Amino acid sequence: MNRKILAVVMLAAAGTVFAQDKVLRVVPHSNLAILDPIWTTAYMSRNHGYMIYDTLFGSDEKNQVKPQMVEEWSVSPDKRLWTFKLRKGLEFHDGKPVTSEDVIASLARWGKRDAMGVALFTFVDRMDTPAADTFRIFLRETCGFVLEALGKPSSNVPFIMPKRIADTDAFKQIEEHIGSGPYLFKRDDFKPGDKAVYLRNPKYVPRNEPPSGSTGGKHVYVERVEWNLALRDAQAQVNALVKGEVDIIEQPSFPLIPGLKADPNIVVYTYSPPLQYMARFNHLHKPFDNPKVRQAAMAAFSQLPFLQAQVGVKELYKTCPSMFTCGTPYASSVGSDIQSKSNMKKAQALLKASGYDGTPVVLMKPTDLTAIDKLPDVAAQLMRQAGFKVDLQAMDWQTLVGRRAKKDPPDKGGWNMFLTAWQGPDIWNPIANAALDTRGEQSGWFGWGKDDKIVELRNQFMRETDETKKKKLAEAIQARAFEVATHVPLGEFDAPLAARKNVTGLFRQTGNFYWNLKKN
Amino acid sequence: MVAFLARRLLATIPVLLIVAVLVFLMLRLTPGDPAAILAGDAANTEQIARIRASLGLDQPIVVQFGIWIGNMLSGDLGESFYYKTKVATLIGQRLEPTLALATLTITIAILVAVPLGAIAAWRFGGWFDRSLMGFSVLGFSVPVFVLAYLLIWFVSLKLGLLPVQGYQRLADGFWPFLRHLILPAITLSVIYIALIARITRASVLEALGEDYIRTARAKGLPEARVLVRHALANAAVPIATVIGIGIGLLIGGVVVTESVYAIPGLGRLTVDAVLARDFPTIQGVILFFSVVYVLINLLVDMSYVFLDPRIRY
Amino acid sequence: MQTPDPQQFQALSIEASAVRRQQGVWQRVRRNWSVRIAGAMLSVLVAVALAAPWLGTVDPTLFDPGSRDLYPGKTGEITTLNGEIITHTFRMGSDSLGRDIYSRVLFGTRVSLMVGVLCALLALALGIVCGLASGYLRWLDGILMRFMDGLMAIPAILIAIALVAMWRGSLATVIVAIAIPEIPRVTRLVRSLVLSIREEPYVEAAISLGTPTWKILFGHILPNCIAPLMVQGTFICAFSILVEAILSFLGVGLPPDIPTWGNVMAEGRQQFNDYPHNIFFPGVFLAVTVLSVNILGDGLRDTLDPKMAKRV
Repeated sequence: MNRKILAVVMLAAAGTVFAQDKVLRVVPHSNLAILDPIWTTAYMSRNHGYMIYDTLFGSDEKNQVKPQMVEEWSVSPDKRLWTFKLRKGLEFHDGKPVTSEDVIASLARWGKRDAMGVALFTFVDRMDTPAADTFRIFLRETCGFVLEALGKPSSNVPFIMPKRIADTDAFKQIEEHIGSGPYLFKRDDFKPGDKAVYLRNPKYVPRNEPPSGSTGGKHVYVERVEWNLALRDAQAQVNALVKGEVDIIEQPSFPLIPGLKADPNIVVYTYSPPLQYMARFNHLHKPFDNPKVRQAAMAAFSQLPFLQAQVGVKELYKTCPSMFTCGTPYASSVGSDIQSKSNMKKAQALLKASGYDGTPVVLMKPTDLTAIDKLPDVAAQLMRQAGFKVDLQAMDWQTLVGRRAKKDPPDKGGWNMFLTAWQGPDIWNPIANAALDTRGEQSGWFGWGKDDKIVELRNQFMRETDETKKKKLAEAIQARAFEVATHVPLGEFDAPLAARKNVTGLFRQTGNFYWNLKKN
Repeated sequence: MVAFLARRLLATIPVLLIVAVLVFLMLRLTPGDPAAILAGDAANTEQIARIRASLGLDQPIVVQFGIWIGNMLSGDLGESFYYKTKVATLIGQRLEPTLALATLTITIAILVAVPLGAIAAWRFGGWFDRSLMGFSVLGFSVPVFVLAYLLIWFVSLKLGLLPVQGYQRLADGFWPFLRHLILPAITLSVIYIALIARITRASVLEALGEDYIRTARAKGLPEARVLVRHALANAAVPIATVIGIGIGLLIGGVVVTESVYAIPGLGRLTVDAVLARDFPTIQGVILFFSVVYVLINLLVDMSYVFLDPRIRY
Repeated sequence: MQTPDPQQFQALSIEASAVRRQQGVWQRVRRNWSVRIAGAMLSVLVAVALAAPWLGTVDPTLFDPGSRDLYPGKTGEITTLNGEIITHTFRMGSDSLGRDIYSRVLFGTRVSLMVGVLCALLALALGIVCGLASGYLRWLDGILMRFMDGLMAIPAILIAIALVAMWRGSLATVIVAIAIPEIPRVTRLVRSLVLSIREEPYVEAAISLGTPTWKILFGHILPNCIAPLMVQGTFICAFSILVEAILSFLGVGLPPDIPTWGNVMAEGRQQFNDYPHNIFFPGVFLAVTVLSVNILGDGLRDTLDPKMAKRV
């Protein structure tokens, strides 16, 4: 009762609709432009999806797939028929119940866009809905990653939408933003490049399990979450947090983190799993069409200088010999000798022996992405020391994204190398890891590496259901990938989050999940 | 007067048409693929091609231009590639902060610069005049963002007086609105103060040498009255002119200031749109700014009639 | 070849006296204090730019993550391209990659001065051609001036941002992008000068003598435009230096590994509270340079173009 009175008084004083402790003001890591998390893989769209949609399964902190909207499920003895039953009381924001029809429509749309979804649907024969709360998936042959795909925590997440929305062409963006998730999207207050507003969904029924990763009870303790999309200057973000004008910065700039740690009113959170840096070759063109040249570059790239230059703060980075996120099930150091036991002399010798003819390496550098913008300078300096000729070309990330899609030769608008960062779940197994898709020009990801042996091993991995054998296959894939130098892992780092001390209950796995948060 | 207005309005049409053609060509003849940006980090080549087709970017450039001009003439600025929102809506959402910032900046600039310029002219050659001239050259020379950082550092962080960033809508109360705008407006007004103070000084100086001032003084009018009623009134036309010309400068300054102070205005919209190769938005915003520029200069021309009774159209 | 006739000699002698008048003006320019002070400051800057490699600098693109974020005056290590490790005193501190700000600022002087001068020259050259054409060729005047009106209606910085962002930043694109929006102003100036000079008796004399158009334009009209164009040129130069810094600062200018003042400041912008030297030193260099050019412009205007001086 008292609390209510207090709230009324504060309401009158502040002149806003909600008391300040019920509004969470967040600075997300980037701009939210596209509101369709199936249509794009952009992390901001994914995070937006987690606010308003729910998922069939989720991945907990130990990367175990756990049910979310699903109550129970069963698999036939021949492992080709999967039956799922939905939880009771699931309801979309427009008041309609979530039915199995909605689910299969959502899965079908996702299966046309997401890499893992596409892979899953090559196994799917058909889906049906024997009851409003039950759906079945019939497989042509056994598939080892049904639950991994449905519980996939990162882009594209198979979010469940109402059928009429999910029926939208997968290559057109949805126009309505209705889910069954813990928050409602306030469309009227969405101003692109300014702010996005989410209201607590009063009808959401959380699971009973404690929250973990993208699974468990999604309890909402604040009335309103506001994403500040206008505050993009790194120093200004920190100033605003220090002065209490915002509550959370999702990704403060690395050099500012020591300062934030020193502030008694601010807590800096680091999370696992970390992100991994990666250098990617273009396998189609000289000089990196030659595996020996790729190996020379790999040998030159010891991880430490990259991490020191880009991250700088010692406790935020570590080297990692695996192509799969260190600390996750498939991580190993198999085959990584060429890189980890390398030195410049070896790189120089490898390059000489490779028959490299002095073709300059067109290296693309994004200038506007502060999480990776310094890596290319390091790569350029190390390659020059190894004897490469390097043409370092600066551009903004958007241009880089456009240019890396081009298969043309580097002197006709193409490229030879770029560097990027991946969140754990996007690379922690051989199917998700796009750089290991070595189907040459058919492969889904830029660089178009071609190696039949890896393709074969990956196919085996997809069909395998035994965890120990899967691990062995992952090791074999990694060993081969180091041998043919598909790409170079450059170490791992945490991208910490900073929040005011009065915000509690923060945890994070892949995205930032805004449930279970309290603002005192 | 009406005939003049009609003539001037008609004359703006070819200008705006040229702006439209220039902007369109500038954007389409340059590299950068909005489809790839929209598709996201993990999209493949085929997906990008489908998006390109859905945006109409696979059409020949002449066809694209025809469609765009046709829509433009029917008052449709098109839809943003990036935000999937009408460009007109985007501009509408971003108009208030920019308008507020620009208005406050010009107000501050006039209130500060006109008296300073007049006093400098009155005390021509004295220490005040010299330091004002020195300041005005300096005002032209200090980059706006350096000034912004110095002000944030000193006023907001050291003294803790004003917010470091952001914008509050006028609808949420006048005081929060003003508090958030003071620093950006001061930052932006410096160059304007320099410009207007110089113009005022020069015009008043010229006026002070005229016969009618000597007559006014001979009549024994108080010096302040001579300065304000006679000399300054005479300077109104050049001041109005320089404000009109300076609009271009102001818009440029807005882009930078909004970026430093995290104000969600049209300047930010422009920079974001350029980085995302969001052609419809860039075209719409630049066209919008050009219309504003042309109209304000038209207004300035009209204002001469009121500022100087000798002018008739 | 035309045979010389007495009238032409007369025209030449009128021209010669104009040149003599100009010499008097140059003496006045040299005696002007603004010009002297600004000239001295700019000479120092040019000297710094030229002598940058010998003023205790290192390669401005070299970095060493081990020496990042050093305060001014601290000593640290830097690894050169051939792997050699040298000890270096960071007079203006280091940035967050461990690059020497002193070296970057000094080498940045080259870029800024080059951008300023080349932008001014390019804008003047194109503006002169358009202005002469527009002022002299009646049929072209209408179209060209409408075109210039259109160009002028687009705010200068927006054109520059859009052009550089689309074309990718390189020295050439930045210079072109900054110079383009300045062309209309030069064109208008030249055109108005042409229209007034055309009425002068010696030009009319030359026209009636059947002198070819280009000869009249470049031989008679252009020399009389030099003074106001020089004034205009200095202001374009000052403005261009500022715009280049703004572009770099917004992240749409020259590639960030190129040492420019704007780039140093853009880099330092992220940690301005802790390491203000990142913005302070290049900011001072930038302000002083632009200030000098502006003062030079004021001085030139006062002496070369007294009519204009009265107006502003």
